[in-house]
Amino acid sequence: MYHIYNLKAETMPVEKLRELQSKRLADTVRRVYDNVPFYRKKIDDAGISPADIRSIEDLNKLPFTVKQDLRDNYPYGLFAVPMEEIVRIHASSGTTGKQTVVGYTKNDIRLWGEVMARTLGAGGITKKDIGHISYGYGLFTGGLGGHIGSETIGCATIPASTGNTQRQVTILQDFKPTFILCTPSYALTIAEYIEDNNIPLDNLSLKCGFFGAEPWTESMRAELERKLNLKAYDIYGLSEIIGPGVGYECQEQNGLHIAEDHFYLEIIDPDTGKQMPDGQPGEIVFTCLTKEALPLIRYRTRDVGYKLPGLCACGRTCVRMSKPSGRTDDMLIIRGVNVFPSQIETVLMEMGGLAPHYQLVVEREGTLDRLTVLVELTEENFTSEIRRLEEINRKIRSEIESVLGISVKVKLVSPKSIERFEGKAVRVVDKRNLK
Amino acid sequence: MFLKQLSIFVENRLGAIAEATEVLAANNINIRALTTADTTDFGILRLIVDKPELAAKKLRENSIIVNVSNVIGIKLDDTPGSFHKVLKILSESGIAVEYSYAFVSPFAGSANIILRVQDEHTALRVLTDNNIKFIEEVN
Repeated sequence: MYHIYNLKAETMPVEKLRELQSKRLADTVRRVYDNVPFYRKKIDDAGISPADIRSIEDLNKLPFTVKQDLRDNYPYGLFAVPMEEIVRIHASSGTTGKQTVVGYTKNDIRLWGEVMARTLGAGGITKKDIGHISYGYGLFTGGLGGHIGSETIGCATIPASTGNTQRQVTILQDFKPTFILCTPSYALTIAEYIEDNNIPLDNLSLKCGFFGAEPWTESMRAELERKLNLKAYDIYGLSEIIGPGVGYECQEQNGLHIAEDHFYLEIIDPDTGKQMPDGQPGEIVFTCLTKEALPLIRYRTRDVGYKLPGLCACGRTCVRMSKPSGRTDDMLIIRGVNVFPSQIETVLMEMGGLAPHYQLVVEREGTLDRLTVLVELTEENFTSEIRRLEEINRKIRSEIESVLGISVKVKLVSPKSIERFEGKAVRVVDKRNLK
Repeated sequence: MFLKQLSIFVENRLGAIAEATEVLAANNINIRALTTADTTDFGILRLIVDKPELAAKKLRENSIIVNVSNVIGIKLDDTPGSFHKVLKILSESGIAVEYSYAFVSPFAGSANIILRVQDEHTALRVLTDNNIKFIEEVN
């Protein structure tokens, strides 16, 4: 049957859940109004007062918070507690501009352990399991987030961190972990290493993997499940909210359950800010209901997803969200068309015989954008004849063009020539130099 | 009776072929014949080498895509019309030639041709029936 870590919280009747959320929202709004000058000004400017927020239904009266607000208040300006209450700092990579700095109180760390324990529990993990954490340990929240969840459940926890794939595979064989946490692209790197070195899958004891921190597709799930002989669960989180643990799949593998007694989910139209109906994609927005150090209100994640209607067979009452279909930051606009790297990945995986290793390169020639898709060739597809290669090239091109609706150039490249990243995979190289 | 031909995928960029030949050189593998086929974006380097299995293994270890296929090597008199005679035999037997290339060494005095055909077994039979001499190994 379905394993549920916190039965009371995860299966709370919806009405009771709304009551709890309403009370927690009112408390949080009062707290940020009193302690964060940025929010006091924002709430005043919106012409409302904390007393106007009595129920979760009142949420849409409140203004949004965006990533730029965190940068403008770098590093600690949005913290709602004095520094002496802070016990942990994390930061997200600042590929554009300053890093985003987040803080945790003791209670926030406890909360993180709780929601990560729910995440792992949803995959059937109990204290009898052994956890292998291959997210990076450090400022990135992946490693320590996975770690605290595993320890909260009471699992023997291996802080393997990233890199040195050979050593990772030795640990997987010798220490016999039963679950692993890493990015899906790194899981694939591990799977390839195992394949290349003819290591029997029987040497591994993994029964499931929790993969997140970058978008991945159903076809990649199928590949990981086959190559590593495990069940692959999607997990969702972002450091601004808490890190991993915000959303997690259950054994149904049908949507990410949101720990909405702590993080309230909205899906909005990114242009108008209006709520999207269930099933309709829009920008994912979260409000922290119980965080102490950094309780963000209506934080716009720039991730795109939708709410799944109805309740899950697993018995959890919390809302389910789709796998994010991409990030608005990762999204490319080419000749007016929105392009997500995940669309290309789906095409390649569905064609079969191709590795999901690709890179999108955008260049501007004169005033025209040109998209080139680099795809790694596999031996499976290679014969001594040029004609056959040209056929593959043509087929990939026409499949991508029919999905995207714009013309692209496809370039077959040697295996392993597209750079592998042991953290997040960079799928897009934009050489347009706009601005 | 067949020779093993290595076909190597090469991207169209500076140094791509050298990456493959470097592997061969480092493993003391001798190239006996070669030809390249190319398009604007990529090419295929086709090789006859003295140790094809070892070469394929080493190339794969270096993440180079390689295909090993059967080709027919024939030894002809170095006289006008001898290659024509072979093609006539094949076409009259309904066998299409995918591609072919010639090389000189190591059999001085004769013209050496590599043939890649669609139906290799029938080709071998009709060429044998017509007393065409084969190159059996290239060590």
